[in-house]
Amino acid sequence: MPNSALWAVDLFGKVHTLSTAGQYWEPCKDSQLEFKRVSAATQCCWGIACDNQVYVYVCASDVPIRRREEAYENQRWNPVGGFCEKLLPSDRWQWSDVSGLQHRPLDGVALPSPHWVWESDWYVDENFGGEPTEKGGWTYAIDFPATYTRDKKWNSCVRRRRWIRYRRYESRDAWAKIPSKDDPEQLPDPFNDLSVGGWEITDEPVGRLSVWAVSLQGKVWYREDVSHPNPEGSSWSLMDTPGEAVQISCGPHDLLWVTLWEGQALVREGINRNNPKGSSWSIVEPPTSENGIMHVSVGVSVVWAITKDRKVWFRRGINSHNPCGTSWIEMVGEMTMVNVGLNDQVWGIGCEDRAIYFRQGVTQSELSGKTWKAIVASRECDRSHSGSSSSLLSAGCFFGDEVRGSGESCAPSDTDASSEAERPGPDRPGPAESGDSPGKPRDSLAPGSGTGRATEPGEEEAAGPAIQTPGLEPCPGPASTLAELPWTNIDLKEPRRAPGRSAAGFPETTGLSSLGLLPLGLEEPYGADDHPLWAWVSGGDCAVEAHTVLKWFTVQSGLSPSMQTLSLSITPAQTAAWRKQIFQQLTERTKRELENFRHYEQAVEQSVWVKTGALQWWCDWKPHKWVDVRVALEQFTGLDGARDSILFIYYVVHEEKKYIHVFLNEVTVLVPVLNETKHSFALYTPERTRQRWPVRLAAATEQDMNDWLALLNLSCCESRRVHGRPSPQAIWSITCKGDIFVSEPSPNLEAPEHVLPCDQMFWRQMGGHLRVVEANGQGVVWGIGYDHTAWVYTGGGSCFQGLASSTSNIYTQSDVKCVYIYENQRWNPVTGYSSRGLPTDRYMWSDASGLQERTKASTKPPSLQWSWVSDWAVDFSVPGGTDQEGWQYASDFPASYHGYKTMKDFVRRRCWARKCKLVTSGPWLEVGPLALADVSIIPESPGANRSGHSIALWAISDKGDVLCRLGVSELNPAGSSWLHVGTDQPFTSVSIGACHQVWAVARDGSAFYRGSVSPAQPAGDCWYHIPSPPKQRLKQVSVGQTSVYALDENGNLWYRQGVTPSYPQGSSWEHVSNNVRQVSVGPLDQVWVIANKVQGSHSLSRGTVCHRTGVQPREPKGQGWDYGIGGGWDHISVRANATRALRGRSQERAAECSGERGLPGAPSGVAGVPQEAPSLVRC
Amino acid sequence: MTDDKDVLRDVWFGRIPTCFTLYQDEITEREAEPYYLLLPRVSYLTLVTDKVKKHFQKVMRQEDISEIWFEYEGTPLKWHYPIGLLFDLLASSSALPWNITVHFKSFPEKDLLHCPSKDAIEAHFMSCVKEADALKHKSQVINEMQKKDHKQLWMGLQNDRFDQFWAINRKLMEYPAEENGFRYIPFRIYQTTTERPFIQKLFRPVAADGQLHTLGDLLKDVCPSAVAPEGREQNEPRLKTDSRSEQE
Repeated sequence: MPNSALWAVDLFGKVHTLSTAGQYWEPCKDSQLEFKRVSAATQCCWGIACDNQVYVYVCASDVPIRRREEAYENQRWNPVGGFCEKLLPSDRWQWSDVSGLQHRPLDGVALPSPHWVWESDWYVDENFGGEPTEKGGWTYAIDFPATYTRDKKWNSCVRRRRWIRYRRYESRDAWAKIPSKDDPEQLPDPFNDLSVGGWEITDEPVGRLSVWAVSLQGKVWYREDVSHPNPEGSSWSLMDTPGEAVQISCGPHDLLWVTLWEGQALVREGINRNNPKGSSWSIVEPPTSENGIMHVSVGVSVVWAITKDRKVWFRRGINSHNPCGTSWIEMVGEMTMVNVGLNDQVWGIGCEDRAIYFRQGVTQSELSGKTWKAIVASRECDRSHSGSSSSLLSAGCFFGDEVRGSGESCAPSDTDASSEAERPGPDRPGPAESGDSPGKPRDSLAPGSGTGRATEPGEEEAAGPAIQTPGLEPCPGPASTLAELPWTNIDLKEPRRAPGRSAAGFPETTGLSSLGLLPLGLEEPYGADDHPLWAWVSGGDCAVEAHTVLKWFTVQSGLSPSMQTLSLSITPAQTAAWRKQIFQQLTERTKRELENFRHYEQAVEQSVWVKTGALQWWCDWKPHKWVDVRVALEQFTGLDGARDSILFIYYVVHEEKKYIHVFLNEVTVLVPVLNETKHSFALYTPERTRQRWPVRLAAATEQDMNDWLALLNLSCCESRRVHGRPSPQAIWSITCKGDIFVSEPSPNLEAPEHVLPCDQMFWRQMGGHLRVVEANGQGVVWGIGYDHTAWVYTGGGSCFQGLASSTSNIYTQSDVKCVYIYENQRWNPVTGYSSRGLPTDRYMWSDASGLQERTKASTKPPSLQWSWVSDWAVDFSVPGGTDQEGWQYASDFPASYHGYKTMKDFVRRRCWARKCKLVTSGPWLEVGPLALADVSIIPESPGANRSGHSIALWAISDKGDVLCRLGVSELNPAGSSWLHVGTDQPFTSVSIGACHQVWAVARDGSAFYRGSVSPAQPAGDCWYHIPSPPKQRLKQVSVGQTSVYALDENGNLWYRQGVTPSYPQGSSWEHVSNNVRQVSVGPLDQVWVIANKVQGSHSLSRGTVCHRTGVQPREPKGQGWDYGIGGGWDHISVRANATRALRGRSQERAAECSGERGLPGAPSGVAGVPQEAPSLVRC
Repeated sequence: MTDDKDVLRDVWFGRIPTCFTLYQDEITEREAEPYYLLLPRVSYLTLVTDKVKKHFQKVMRQEDISEIWFEYEGTPLKWHYPIGLLFDLLASSSALPWNITVHFKSFPEKDLLHCPSKDAIEAHFMSCVKEADALKHKSQVINEMQKKDHKQLWMGLQNDRFDQFWAINRKLMEYPAEENGFRYIPFRIYQTTTERPFIQKLFRPVAADGQLHTLGDLLKDVCPSAVAPEGREQNEPRLKTDSRSEQE
């Protein structure tokens, strides 16, 4: 999680963040304000500044926060003027909202706050339910209010059209002031504490948050309507409390605790998705009567508290049924505050040293953790003395702005700075000594932090010497005597790092003016300390998990700053300079000692090698069951050095010993088939693929299985001489378990004749876990996980478990998915709906089909690799909708369900979901921060020379935004930033063809073509609406060289007919096939799909890789299907494979193709389509 | 470190090109050709020289053959030191291949241990592994292993099977996530310049202040004379244990 960070406020009110991947506190980008409180959530942070106003800080992202304003224009027909603005007196307003009840003139729609801007002017929406309307966007009806249609009929007396205008939230990476709640009638009651949470209560609307605040008068307030598209919320609501509140904490889910002035805690009950504000309060007594509670912090299922004697307490027995818990346990340590963040991780601020402590060892099974560990990360740039003391000043006095008047010391600062910079230079012996020399009394608290400061990243050589006088050090001087002013100017970095700010001059000047007040606020000069002193911490945006490697606890020394910036999400050891050095030395040694002696005989020969073991085998005969077998792998090294291997499986049937054997050079793929109980894998050969009946073997332990798989994989790869990273043309596929496979395309895979049958393709597994993968022909490969995280391929080899291959570019990867079970009930006249069904009915708790029993207790994560990370919760986002409690109704099982109860409904069900998480490793690095639903990379035209241009990559975010990635190249496959492409509705799928044709599918099932996309204009200019095939909703689109294929929700595959250079949108959809789950069209216009229900000689296979045969320039739809590997395949991408058979004929064919199909005159198919192609195709 | 396979592989597959020559005073029936071999750095001389023995015995009479031993420039080579160590210690500055003289007579009793069979090498190797684990994990890991795991470790080394060896050795190289390293780092420092066979001390991987020790720290602590006076230890790697510590 590159963007996950801990937020904290230092004693001077400055807000800092500490990234989970980083090791330095970074000042908040908008640092003009000082804060008392911050409460962070993912992508945003709320805070109370020292002016007692509430602010929200929304982190910048490439996707704008846009909101659509709508207004309807209504007209009525009259015989004289036709449709006109004159309405009947009983009618609605001429300009109204959708209901017609609210008057809504276009110029009356105002921006809600200064933080919003209009994106464009009002325009008419011409799209009506996925269908284009006639000019003007009018929809017709008999009368208001009624059902509107696209077509004007004889009896259409009224019409209306929708006007749309977008506004955009502008204040990102900046603190935006939330308008004060005070009404002028009452005395001002500024806020005192604030807490953000509730993001797990519901996702409707997207990014909904609960923001709670406590005012100085002890009242509790709730901010209404805070969500991602409305980051500021709308208004404050007062909540009644039985006492005077002083502090509040809101967890990610349904926990909300408040501390009262009297020392008890208030617990909110009845918080749920329908009522996020909760319904009532209960009181929890403090651990001891003499010391009341001073501070609480809550997580998903934990509560931590601080009592007035600074002791730390953990509340036992908290769960969603009992938000009050049962009893207090005293923990070690004395803290001024604690904060519970993501995953119930805990941070605290020590009483004595004001350092931030992290609770180590907090896991789902041990929520109270093990020990406190101090975070010794230092501040990235000790934002100088002057800056910090100014905050001190305003912390004491609310009107910081007024003091910032005199601007005298601004000018001298530069000169002083340079002289200061030179002075300590020669004294500085080196990083090693600087750690020891300060010898301050508090050194033990932050061991070595002096050393750390000496090597802060971003400090260039020039700034190097300056850090010898790190920010806080000289403070004792001014604290004792006001005469020694020069220290205000030691901020050497300030003028250089942020020239704009120093020009404004206020950090220095406020520093100056604060001097007089400094001793008032503090009993001792905190500045003497050599680590930052903290006032507040918030972990609501800080994702720490068991496998997270944190670099907060040791201060790195000796590494060059550039090295540190490199090691962002990679374990430090893998990239450290010394590691490279060692590896390089080893490589050199090997070269030196071996280079001239390779012809020497090896001392240890390896001719035949056998591994044997006991496995279980899913027997070929009926009844099929697991039988114990002995397995032996024999490897031979031939005279030419090639290895060959045979796998023998010895079994006993009717007391007769038999065996089967498999030549590993015939094996096409090895698939791990992990489930809750068995560690098994399937081994396919072309014959077994046709039979749909692999050899299935199971091992006793996961380790045993992995050892066998690694060995067999290695043997297969050796015998086929496949190793290292896949070629840029490789075909990628993914199973329904998220396992990633890659196949090297043979040249005759797409040959016009003698096509390689696709059951003979050899697939090898790559590490990692994905749901979607997309590759182009230049080695750029992107993937999307089940949790919508985007990943980019790092170039690592096929590291499958075993030690045999290199681990370069292999990183930790995690994925999260949901397991669903259903609760079923039947109505009876006595008790209404109950779990007592009829004997013929399904289980009370079942899977989606109702055929298998699945209870909450017995349902396990999909395999042992997965572990639960949440509790069971009702899923409200099921298709068909639900009622308030998540129920879906139907007349009987099984039937189609709807989200409301009617007279005819006798059964109901609801879906429960539970999240589980997998941690694995693979050649993938996360591309943050946006979560994606789909991705498409421009396929490379065969032989085309695109170097110099960045590679076009389009994506759909999980929220349905269309995005275009900038800066993607072979060298930088992750690209640099997202460009948001505006749409009028959320999208689901996107694909870019070889000539920059961008097609997309919207959530309403219709398709869109993006005009004018070119390397020069990567985002194109406008969308052309393309209606879906009749009565079908499209869900996916794929564009090759010229072919456009789309897939609908019922599994029908459609070919876009009539696509020509002058009319790239085409004319109509032609049906190609049914039974298709996913389609990928490549740069040769080859069509590959994942098909459902493919018949084999032994069994039926769901999710089979299929290749469209007979695809010719004259027949782009092809003739039939060739079936390849299958049984649980989910996704394929052939978009990297532009490998044509190298034959003279294919060139003619290609030329013919380009001529006939209107492609620009490519010299030959192999040479590809030249650069001008896109413009011609689009015209 | 167990996941840094690139380094592990390079260490494991380190080879020293060696030229074996029969000692001039050995009695042969015809002239003995030198024998060239790539010796694995991590293995033991007597474990990988069956071919050498066979080669020279072909030209000798049975009665002239007693226990084989090796010598380099007058120094008898201790078979219980890993080959890489012997080479680095004695011959790293000389030209390759490494010229080793083969003897079948006059076994230097006071310099060398007898190596009656491969069982002796195995016993020595296993005792090294056990000693290392005593330092790393209070012997907990090695004691929890089964006999067949021990066998696999040994067979892996004997047959030069990296995967086989590391499938077991991996367990010996792990430490709990909440700790920063082993209890003590198992190491031995061999020097040609001193009389002492080697230096061995208890050394923790983490300093009292939580800072990870580097190899430089270790050398400074136990063998200050070996540290270059420039004092560039800050750039030294953090102390790492490579596979060799399993055998040493």
